[in-house]
Amino acid sequence: MEQISAFFEMGGYAGFVWPSYVLTAVVMVALLVLSLREMRSNESQLRALEGNRPRGAARRAAARAAEETTEAGQ
Amino acid sequence: MTRKTRRLYFVTLGMLALGAAAVLVLTAMSDKLVYFYSPSDLQTQHITEDRRFRLGGLVEEGSVEREGQTTRFRVTDTVHTVSVAYTGILPDLFREGQGVVTEGRLGADGTFQAVSVLAKHDENYMPKEVADSLKKTGQWKPEDQ
Amino acid sequence: MHRFANPARFLRLSAVLLPWFAWATALLTAIGLYYALFASPADYQQGETVRIMYVHVPAAWMGLFVYTNMAIASAVALIWKHPLADVAAKASAPIGAAFTFLCLVTGALWGKPMWGTWWAWDARLTSMLILLFLYLGHMALVNAFDDPTRGAKAAAILALAGFINVPVIKWSVDWWNTLHQPASVTRVGLPAIDPSMLVPLLLMAVAFTTYFGTVLLLRIRSEIAAQKLRNIRMAQVRSAGHARSAA
Repeated sequence: MEQISAFFEMGGYAGFVWPSYVLTAVVMVALLVLSLREMRSNESQLRALEGNRPRGAARRAAARAAEETTEAGQ
Repeated sequence: MTRKTRRLYFVTLGMLALGAAAVLVLTAMSDKLVYFYSPSDLQTQHITEDRRFRLGGLVEEGSVEREGQTTRFRVTDTVHTVSVAYTGILPDLFREGQGVVTEGRLGADGTFQAVSVLAKHDENYMPKEVADSLKKTGQWKPEDQ
Repeated sequence: MHRFANPARFLRLSAVLLPWFAWATALLTAIGLYYALFASPADYQQGETVRIMYVHVPAAWMGLFVYTNMAIASAVALIWKHPLADVAAKASAPIGAAFTFLCLVTGALWGKPMWGTWWAWDARLTSMLILLFLYLGHMALVNAFDDPTRGAKAAAILALAGFINVPVIKWSVDWWNTLHQPASVTRVGLPAIDPSMLVPLLLMAVAFTTYFGTVLLLRIRSEIAAQKLRNIRMAQVRSAGHARSAA
């Protein structure tokens, strides 16, 4: 028990040593989590958009078709 | 010359010009960029009595005297020495033979009246046992600090 | 270089590298913390506060290392217009800012008990604060323009101009007298740190480096996806506008 409390006391400098480690951990974990979240959100939005969007020639044909329908609608 | 080569020259020249400008500015400002003067600097820098500045060096061994809240000690750079008087709490690392940076004014009697004392430590890190055995075997070289 | 400048190739490469970086970070952090907090001695002068060094010094090294990478990426982006260089610079800035911030705060937490002050306007501390402002300026500038390529160009010029600060930080303690002590590890001759303290310091430094690798890969992937999203949305807006003007 004494050894454990001596460890946490850090020779009387607990108020300086522990905040250094805790702050470092908090900032580094927060940056990791935020980066991971942003990446997942961007990639899932991209998948959703790319899924809806026909590629290449098909896309151009679809765009032409869309234009024709809007023209026809007017 | 392709556009890439031109851009390469442009960026290189820009960096060189900027580097040269930085060297000039920092050299010109060198006096302002030092954090403290050493006791030897005081011989060459004519500092008037009312000017507040920082004085740094080693606390001379055996020079520390305490009278109540006031501490008197001498700051040395091994060539010149200045007497310092300070009233207040000293940092944990304040020790004889260790570095110190004090801020205050030079008194009429040549004693530096400090209003703050900061400890300056050296770049050596070792456990106590290693330091003790170095001292015991005579390998301790204080001038290396 | 051109081979890695291709975003599709980069995505394949990063998928392979990412788990390695992540696991290396976890393992090295665990071993590094064990040495930093349990298996290393107190200093003969500074006592237990020397343990702050094991986060403070790696954070400072990474602040400089990340900025150097960012400046190189910016030069590559300006001169050779590699599509990934701007992305890498933009992804680096927040990581470097976080390291520099941690260096300054842990430095204050170490300075108060040892020097007797949280802060001093000496050349080392001041130039490190300027580094933090350079990172923050870069982050603001990248997003300051409607046209992302103009923002990237302005930020790249800032990153290159600010690189002058890096050697100033490194050698400030040798060029001018400062409150901060000179370098212990990267000095001429042997490091002035006992091996029992050098081990946790280097372990933590390698852990911080692999952490940087992990987060950088994540952020570059994220930015590549964000750019594609922007392009698709722009194309949609254009084709919608086209359809309206045709009608």
